[in-house]
Amino acid sequence: MANEVVDHGRRRFLTAATAVVGGVGVVSVAVPFIKSWEPSARAKAAGAPVTQSLAKIESGQQLIVGWRSLPVFIVNRTKDQLATLPTQDSRLVDPKSDGSSAQQQPKYAQNESRSIKPEWLVMIGICTHLGCVPGYVGEMKPEPFDPNWKGGYYCPCHHSRYDMAGRVYQGVPAPKNMQIPPYHFIDDTTIQIGVDPKGAA
Amino acid sequence: MANVFTNIGDWVGDRAPGLAPFYRKHMTEYYAPKNFNLWYYFGVLAIVVLVNQILTGIFLTMNYNPSAAGAFDSVQYIMRDVEWGWLIRYMHSTGASLFFVVVFLHMFRGLMYGSYKKPREMVWLLGMLIFLVLMAEAFMGYVLPWGNMSFWGAKVIISLFGTIPVIGSTLVEWIMGDFLPADATLNRFFALHVIALPIVLLLLVVLHIFALHEVGSNNPDGVDIKHGPKGNRWDATKPADGVPFHPYYTVHDLVGIGFLLLIAAFIIFFAPTFGGWFLEHDNSIMANNLVTPAEIKPVWYFTPFYAIVRMIPSFFGTAVWGVLAMFGAIAVLFFLPWFDRGQVRSIRYRGTGYKVALGLFVVAFLGLGAVGTGITAEVIPEWFGNVDLTTWENLFGRVMTFIYFGFFPFLWAYTHFGWEKTKPVPERVTGHD
Repeated sequence: MANEVVDHGRRRFLTAATAVVGGVGVVSVAVPFIKSWEPSARAKAAGAPVTQSLAKIESGQQLIVGWRSLPVFIVNRTKDQLATLPTQDSRLVDPKSDGSSAQQQPKYAQNESRSIKPEWLVMIGICTHLGCVPGYVGEMKPEPFDPNWKGGYYCPCHHSRYDMAGRVYQGVPAPKNMQIPPYHFIDDTTIQIGVDPKGAA
Repeated sequence: MANVFTNIGDWVGDRAPGLAPFYRKHMTEYYAPKNFNLWYYFGVLAIVVLVNQILTGIFLTMNYNPSAAGAFDSVQYIMRDVEWGWLIRYMHSTGASLFFVVVFLHMFRGLMYGSYKKPREMVWLLGMLIFLVLMAEAFMGYVLPWGNMSFWGAKVIISLFGTIPVIGSTLVEWIMGDFLPADATLNRFFALHVIALPIVLLLLVVLHIFALHEVGSNNPDGVDIKHGPKGNRWDATKPADGVPFHPYYTVHDLVGIGFLLLIAAFIIFFAPTFGGWFLEHDNSIMANNLVTPAEIKPVWYFTPFYAIVRMIPSFFGTAVWGVLAMFGAIAVLFFLPWFDRGQVRSIRYRGTGYKVALGLFVVAFLGLGAVGTGITAEVIPEWFGNVDLTTWENLFGRVMTFIYFGFFPFLWAYTHFGWEKTKPVPERVTGHD
């Protein structure tokens, strides 16, 4: 067995090959451990789409439903509320939702009312500042925080304000408009949150 | 009887011949400078607090239930029903805050006396790693009671990673194991808090001490006693200005430990929440993913770093800059030994510029803490009346952030271009003969 002459090239190759194979093994074994941190099947199931009937939501009323344990605001906006939306543009950070808030809604909700049907606002009720839940202040009357209040959302944490389409006002800590989740209408009075309309990406 | 002990000693010595030399190297024949002052207590105090955290932590796990459904109740159970459970938990929660008190002072000592400088860079780097792991450990421990501040604190801190472009939101889901902090998050934080990070922390502490014992301790004069005259009353070849760590500093440290325990006992028995600073009021409400506490702010020891996040506005449609700055505020400390090119260690013999800069650095750190804890939000309207709070708070916070980061380039320029006018360093330590 004992070789008179040591083949250093062969020895180097075998050492390198062993190290590479061992390295591949270590990386492969790491994969399941890293993947185990991803949301589990149960967590994903809890994140399943939510179906909600709109039949009993009166005009001007808000309903909060849970989707992926996030509060989703569903508002039946009044004609007055809708009419004020364009009037607020000059006071907003990103009125067209095509700047800093371009990713805050699906393409089919990237419009003035940020919705599929103008009257129905479906929105994740999480302030884009630090994740608090803003309160719904729907009435158009002077408020302590804004004498020209035209209805919208007011965050108790750091006083961020949003209009009736969840568009953030200027001069508040929140940087973006509130997020619109993917949703679609199953029929005229039922929506499913978490699934895009057919044909939309 | 003495014979029996000698025999046992010999028996062990024969089978573990390295044990006695190891003990001598790190205890009875580790020669530490004899001029240590008050600032040299905080290293050993950090070890005492670490032991407290491990001991009380083990006992807390015996009654704690790591699940979103049961965690909050099990903490209340510990506080109310478990015999002496309240004491064990208050020892743990007070220990967490005191850990940061002694570690901040320990680090400041290093800045004052140049302990991070050659040849002790490795000691500094390992210490910084300890600090980093300690912050992760503290954050995860804070989440475990699953109160409303735990929940929203976890949400906000984990959301910081969401500002990273492209991978942010996936990373946040990966860390939480869900779409918001949930059972999975709590369980993994529990595993990391009680097993993974403590093991890493202990390893790093051992390495920190070994690295220190290789190069020897610094002292308030910044004099390298190893390079000074030799010969003391124990060993003719060892530094004349050194004394054996044991028994001299072990006994000396007992006095400091006594003071620490006295202060800790006072807090534990008379002010365990420390007015909402050590344990926050909103955390006595169970986690609720639909209701945010009126004011979200981290525990006091994170506030200087958290304030930096708040002070940096978003640019180019991303808020990642504030997060980078926050991590940068910690990362930059790692490189301190290379920013500082000065040869003189101790502040006693350094130039006025260094003294002023270090003073400003401390002011900036405390100022950022004031912003992060909400002190400035209260004080500004009180002192200056009806002014625009956000503008003034941001101005103040940004100046403090600038000073914090400015310390490092200043230090480099000050020492690199030879602007520093140092005083002569004595050959031997002062104040003792």
